[in-house]
Amino acid sequence: MANDTTPQAVTVARPAKPPIWNDPVYRSLFFQAVVLALFFYLAWFLVSNTQHNLEKQGIASGFGFLNTTAGFSIGEHLISYTEEDTYGRVFWVGLINTAYVSGIGIVLATILGFSIGIARLSPNWLVARLATVYIETLRNIPLLLQIFFWYFAMLRPLPSPRHSVTFFDSFFLNNRGLAYPKAIPESAFDVVIGLFIFGIIAAIGISRWAKKRQDATGQQFPVFWSALGLILAVSVIAYFVLGSPLGFEYPVLKGFNYTGGLTMSPEFVALLLALTMYTAAFIAEIVRSGINGVSYGQTEAALSVGLNRGMVLRLVIIPQAMRIIMPPLTSQYLNLTKNSSLAAAIAYPDLVLVFAGTTLMQTGQAVEIIIMVMACYLFFSLFISAIMNWYNRRIMLVER
Amino acid sequence: MKLVKTIAASAVLASMGLTGATAGTLQDVQKKGFVQCGVSQGTPGFSNPDASGNWAGFDVDVCRAVAAAIFGDANKVKYTPLSSKERFTALQSGEVDMLSRTTTWTLVRDTALGLNFAGVNYYDGQGFLVRKDLGVKTAMELGGASVCVAIGTTTELNMADFFRKHKLKYNPVVFEKADEVLAAYEGGRCDVYTTDRSSIAAQRTKLKNPKDHMVLPETISKEPLGPVVRHGDDQWLDLVKWSLYAMIDAEENNVTSKNVDSLKATSTDPKIRRLLGMEGDMGKNLGVSPDWAYNIIKQVGNYGESYEKYMGTKTPLGLARGNNALWENGGLQYGMPIR
Repeated sequence: MANDTTPQAVTVARPAKPPIWNDPVYRSLFFQAVVLALFFYLAWFLVSNTQHNLEKQGIASGFGFLNTTAGFSIGEHLISYTEEDTYGRVFWVGLINTAYVSGIGIVLATILGFSIGIARLSPNWLVARLATVYIETLRNIPLLLQIFFWYFAMLRPLPSPRHSVTFFDSFFLNNRGLAYPKAIPESAFDVVIGLFIFGIIAAIGISRWAKKRQDATGQQFPVFWSALGLILAVSVIAYFVLGSPLGFEYPVLKGFNYTGGLTMSPEFVALLLALTMYTAAFIAEIVRSGINGVSYGQTEAALSVGLNRGMVLRLVIIPQAMRIIMPPLTSQYLNLTKNSSLAAAIAYPDLVLVFAGTTLMQTGQAVEIIIMVMACYLFFSLFISAIMNWYNRRIMLVER
Repeated sequence: MKLVKTIAASAVLASMGLTGATAGTLQDVQKKGFVQCGVSQGTPGFSNPDASGNWAGFDVDVCRAVAAAIFGDANKVKYTPLSSKERFTALQSGEVDMLSRTTTWTLVRDTALGLNFAGVNYYDGQGFLVRKDLGVKTAMELGGASVCVAIGTTTELNMADFFRKHKLKYNPVVFEKADEVLAAYEGGRCDVYTTDRSSIAAQRTKLKNPKDHMVLPETISKEPLGPVVRHGDDQWLDLVKWSLYAMIDAEENNVTSKNVDSLKATSTDPKIRRLLGMEGDMGKNLGVSPDWAYNIIKQVGNYGESYEKYMGTKTPLGLARGNNALWENGGLQYGMPIR
């Protein structure tokens, strides 16, 4: 008999369809639906319980208080504000103050952090050790103590307004802050501003053109100096040609303090210094880890091609290190923004102090106010994250 | 299935527990065995811990009076120091049973914040403290000054009103804790320190050189200070209110902690007999024992004794009775009839 290897029609009996309550698909759907329902029930319960308790005790609720007159004054405000403005305006004043100190803090901390991170890796023994001392000291002291240090130890010993330290008869340093002249632009100043902006656009155009030319022909072009000339020299020449169209309002000592001009308060300076130096220490370590993360072969190859150390860092290492640096850097920016709420400890009128502090006390509507403040910080953080994520995606290396 | 059942059951139980009817504060306090009293973080004369951490002061005595009325023991009180920022949230949320913390009675606090004021134990007003060497003689000369103030107080608002009314510019520097405000003023950050005049007298004792500072003559606002309780609990409000009135009534009738025992034994004056519980149902109506007022007077003293002990002319604060004298002596303290 020949080998019976002909394939036979094999009928595989299909397993019987299980009843719905044993079917894994339906079961998982069911449990997910139950958990979701429980979650919504919990959320609804929390909200309705809070409302019920607030009503029972007669505590006012709702957002109508935002249209009530505030009645108190705020020390520094970037937009106009008087006691007759509403609590809604107080909210915006606090928000802008927080954004202002956070924005400047982020910029300064990045510059300082990158410098110290690179210094930490310097082959110069003294520079590297100094950077290490800076990082280790400032990372390990709580931020609140650093804020107190700058405010009490550094700024309090300054003299009283009547005995201020004077620079050039226009800058007055005392324990109420630094009073400096206010620039009042006259109409011709618009021309200077216009030339300045035109210079920036022209500089960007020139750098693009120079890069294309270098890719095509290999010839270099002094982009930096020509850009500097376009932006600064043209604007400065125009300024003097037009007859210095910038008036100044000088601070004058009247009674208790200097009036006129602008003042940088010690609270703002202390907060900014503390935030910047504290966050810069963390950013320095992130930068160092990013640079170390680029394989040493890159440095060797770049050096062997003939680039000096500065160019190696700028052209080869940092662009690759940015991939590693970006995500933790985003976290540090968010930390700085949230840490700015410590301003409440030294009387800088940020969002927490004027809104979640004074307004909460005067109206008693703790729930609404805290929700608004939390939403603000969430918005700041999401905004910063979105920008950084967009930039991160742009510089990401696409794996083949 | 078992997991789902457990989750569902616990959710139902939790919701029942959380929305259950709350018993009155008096019952809670009696069950706890002590009164939780919200006080300041250290205002000499009103509520200040001494070297061994025991709280004492004019405001503290109000809490002790309530405890004496409920338990017969004025020491059954626990103290929570609260800054001006946290005091109302602590009371609203139930963290403390009552506030005795130099709190001004205002309309907004009485209504929108869901609180009730149980009387006024100190009629005060707001004043300004400046350095003598500034050469300022009146508050009208304060245009352009920096003013140190505590956050969330009527002081902040009254100061804004005063400067707005007189069209003077000023620069507020707002701190959270009273100590920080004082430190900023002493360090020279601001020219002026402002708060209630009684608190100025109290905080001034903490300065290094109190003699270098002077209080300007103007009183720019009314600040009736008193104990505070939550909305929605009439029995507790009545108890705190009448504990304070018992102290005032005792002074009106010349009942002191020294003579209360002999008066209890021998007095035939119907007012005193009702006050000390020998006649009438006053204690029962309040939900406490009949010798509630006797305990208050014996263990805490009457209003005048408490005042003189902590803030009177013989103390470092040196505050005369002024508006806080009895109505019969030209002041504003008026005890409601205990009958």
